[in-house]
Amino acid sequence: MYNERSGMMDMGEVMEQIPAKTGASDDAPAPLLSVRNLNVQFRANDSLVHIVRDVSFEVRAGEILALVGESGCGKSVSSLAVMRLLSDPKTTRFTGEARLLGKDYFALPEEDMRRLRGRDIAMIFQEPMTSLNPLLTIGRQIAEPMFEHLRLTASQAQARAIDLLTKVGITDPERRLTQYPHELSGGMRQRVMIAIALACNPKVIIADEPTTALDVTIQAQILDLLQSLVREMNVGLVLITHNLALVARYADRVSVMYAGKIVESGTTRQVLETPHHRYTEGLLAAVPRLDVPRQARLQSIPGQPPSPRNFPQGCAFHPRCPVASEACHSQPELSATDKGQRYACFHPAMTWQVAALASPAPVPADDRVVRSPVLQVRGLAKDFHLKRGGTVRAIQGIDLDVPEGGTLGLVGESGCGKTTVARTLLHLQAASAGTATFRGSNILSASKSELLKLRQKIQVVYQDPFTSLNPRHRIGQTLAEPLLVHGLCADKRAARARVEELLDLVGLPRDITERYPHQMSGGQRQRVGIARALGMKPELIICDEPVSALDVSIQAQIMNLFADLRTKLGLSYLFIAHDLAVVRHISDIVAVMYLGRVMEIGTRAELFERPRHPYTRALLAAVPSLGDENRKSQAHAVVKGDLPSPLNPPAGCVFHTRCPIATGACRSAIPPAIALSQTHRVACIKAECP
Amino acid sequence: MIRYLRNRLLLAIPTLLGVATLIFFMLNVLPGDTVETMLRAEGGSPSVELVAAERARLGLDRPLLVQYGDFLTGLVTLDLGHSHWTGKPVIEEVMLRLPITLEVAVLSMIVAIAVAVPLGTIAGLYQGSSIDYAIRIFAIGGIALPSFWFGMIIALVMLWSFNWLPPLGSPSLMKDPFRLLQQLILPAIAVGYRYSAILIRMMRSSVIDALHEDYVRTARAKGLRVARIVWRHVVPNSLLPTITMIGLEFALLIGSLVVIEQVFSLNGIGRLFIEAVSRSDFMVIQGIVIVLTVIFIAVNLLVDLAYAAIDPRIELG
Repeated sequence: MYNERSGMMDMGEVMEQIPAKTGASDDAPAPLLSVRNLNVQFRANDSLVHIVRDVSFEVRAGEILALVGESGCGKSVSSLAVMRLLSDPKTTRFTGEARLLGKDYFALPEEDMRRLRGRDIAMIFQEPMTSLNPLLTIGRQIAEPMFEHLRLTASQAQARAIDLLTKVGITDPERRLTQYPHELSGGMRQRVMIAIALACNPKVIIADEPTTALDVTIQAQILDLLQSLVREMNVGLVLITHNLALVARYADRVSVMYAGKIVESGTTRQVLETPHHRYTEGLLAAVPRLDVPRQARLQSIPGQPPSPRNFPQGCAFHPRCPVASEACHSQPELSATDKGQRYACFHPAMTWQVAALASPAPVPADDRVVRSPVLQVRGLAKDFHLKRGGTVRAIQGIDLDVPEGGTLGLVGESGCGKTTVARTLLHLQAASAGTATFRGSNILSASKSELLKLRQKIQVVYQDPFTSLNPRHRIGQTLAEPLLVHGLCADKRAARARVEELLDLVGLPRDITERYPHQMSGGQRQRVGIARALGMKPELIICDEPVSALDVSIQAQIMNLFADLRTKLGLSYLFIAHDLAVVRHISDIVAVMYLGRVMEIGTRAELFERPRHPYTRALLAAVPSLGDENRKSQAHAVVKGDLPSPLNPPAGCVFHTRCPIATGACRSAIPPAIALSQTHRVACIKAECP
Repeated sequence: MIRYLRNRLLLAIPTLLGVATLIFFMLNVLPGDTVETMLRAEGGSPSVELVAAERARLGLDRPLLVQYGDFLTGLVTLDLGHSHWTGKPVIEEVMLRLPITLEVAVLSMIVAIAVAVPLGTIAGLYQGSSIDYAIRIFAIGGIALPSFWFGMIIALVMLWSFNWLPPLGSPSLMKDPFRLLQQLILPAIAVGYRYSAILIRMMRSSVIDALHEDYVRTARAKGLRVARIVWRHVVPNSLLPTITMIGLEFALLIGSLVVIEQVFSLNGIGRLFIEAVSRSDFMVIQGIVIVLTVIFIAVNLLVDLAYAAIDPRIELG
């Protein structure tokens, strides 16, 4: 499977030839990496899938280029093609030109390419959990490229590895060298991946969604680190991401991809402030934002991103485009503005302004928060007793009120206990203490028959719409089954009619009942999940990260669906998410959790406009936003370090180990919740300070 | 580590007890009676009185549960009782025959691993190529061909083509290891082929899985040589499931040995077992089953220790 050929040209020779070429450029420095007309095709069964089409980009020294797009747009495949890492040459074909310091390395034999990889062009992958070999020590894995490319001795490599670990912000580097990946947290592993990428002082680094698997405070730490390394070491960074807000905060230039093509590129400010392509425009409008007043509705792009198997003819965006015309059935060329922004659109947007968002239609005043709560949770706690002894106090002393006809948003980083709250309230696991009163009865002490009734009234929508649907059941069967089990429909015919009603409600075509889950897109599957919950005529829906697995344009559709259903059916939601902007968009009351405790709870306005807890403030500062383009120089990562282990949480205030304003008092006593208003409570002894 | 070993050994007690109970009662519901078989072998048809007297001498006239209790008490003191046929202690009979069986078992395990790891790796690396097909056909052969038949074939081939026969006698491992190797290599190959076939398939699929792992992509992105990627990243990770298989398949190996010892006239525990069955010598059968169970448990403990030695994620404790 590997094509190994003995060295045809020594790398040293290649490197010596390069400076002569770079000297010829005029004012702009020559690009370190330039990719021209990259095409990638996969052979699947008998057909060829043209997954990357004529992609060109370049990155200069000390610059961050973002390649942004939704899933399936070909951005990851492009990066692998640029590294020449596409797995099987028999089933994938790539053509085009890629020059590193002016030298076209696509033409090199594989053996010479291997010597470039890890030495001049390095890569950081998305999943820090699986991208390191579990059987080798950290030190060994960092040293490997140094042995391979720089011929360092073991002691030289160790000294350099210690330097690198220090540089990427890992404390106690000597000890880390002898540790294995499973002994490190996700954020630490990603730092190790960065150290590996830096091992041989590469010219260019490609980072493929480097922070997608990480929490928002860790994401800010990692990207701040990458940005400072790029500036300091003058490398070029290609940042591949789906997150436009990250682009705004970190990238210098951006290329937007759709259906395998670059549809727009320019400086970050150009693209984000004056998008010309209609897709970029739609994408920007679909992102929920923390830096502008909340919109009543998110603007969504209709439809779904096309599958690479059948990209539409002409402009691939035309089936979803609001202004598409006959002309769009032919392929638009990239045209450039006089400032160098390039876009491929026949009907470019020229008037789109961020300012348009800043003065929204007035949002009707909230009265939902003052209504009586539909679900009242008091003192909820859940302990897990470990086999080896010891107890994890997953959640403690949780007090929440879900307002009638409103939404309580529960937000926090991974491991904070937000899913445990949902599972305990759903009675999927027994609570250790506390009450949860729903319509006058305590869910947590309900008998089996009471529970059966309560389960109809309280429904759930899960994060992963694929694994929560039975792959062997057609959608019609999935939706009809609970209706028949609970006796809500007398017979199959009645159930079928009800299923069609439900599909109309969530905006799915009726003929979808004949399909299996794998034949649908992520957004459609999530709509099925919602329809299944609605079938029980619930009063409360617990949503556990319902949009985090979806693309931005689909996320906006689903968020709007949630909002519409709430109005139409008078539902209440307990909405769990890690994305603060999403939570702000949908919630009336927001609770922030950290290590199993509620740190701060308040109405949307109180929490987002007047946050009092240092953790809430840190979270808000860590979230990148589209508006960050204008204030790039700020230090973002206010919170240092990793989440402590829930097995051994800090004494006193659980946040004190990472808190910027913690004092001795925070270490000794668990802070009580201080009420700042009828709805606003903060568990911090310094909450009174402005 | 010590705590882990202690726990594992403690866990072996209920396992052994279960096996002992099962074998004891199963043998007692089977037809056939040692005393009668033995007396008939001496000629004529024994009188009812003689049979009863002999049964009383061997303690077989006592209630079943008393015999069961005796058997268990014996086990605790490592006393497996006396053979009804020869009157010798069972443990002595078993220990006399055990070494040669263990030698064949270990040799075939070595043969199997030495064949399976490289072949499985190559097949996995070149998935879908002609060499992969060749190795897979080789592996299917190992599973399909009965080992006694394959053993006879290789013995005959060696005889016809090279006029070579394994040496006779019972050379000892200490004094004449080379002669012992000559004697045991053919049965080891016959049994090891099947063993290796299963391991090849396991190794091949683990290698294919490992090649798609993210850490192998990372290793490629580092620009490492292919040989180094395979040796340091792919093979160690693929060995983990294969090692588990080695332990589980050890039981199958022992089963094949019972037959193969007949083919190659080895005076091992398999031979003893067949003799004991034909004589309905329950005490010996029980003894052999208990000893083999102990060995199986020990092998699997070793496998788990090897696993923990390779994989730092496994903490023994």
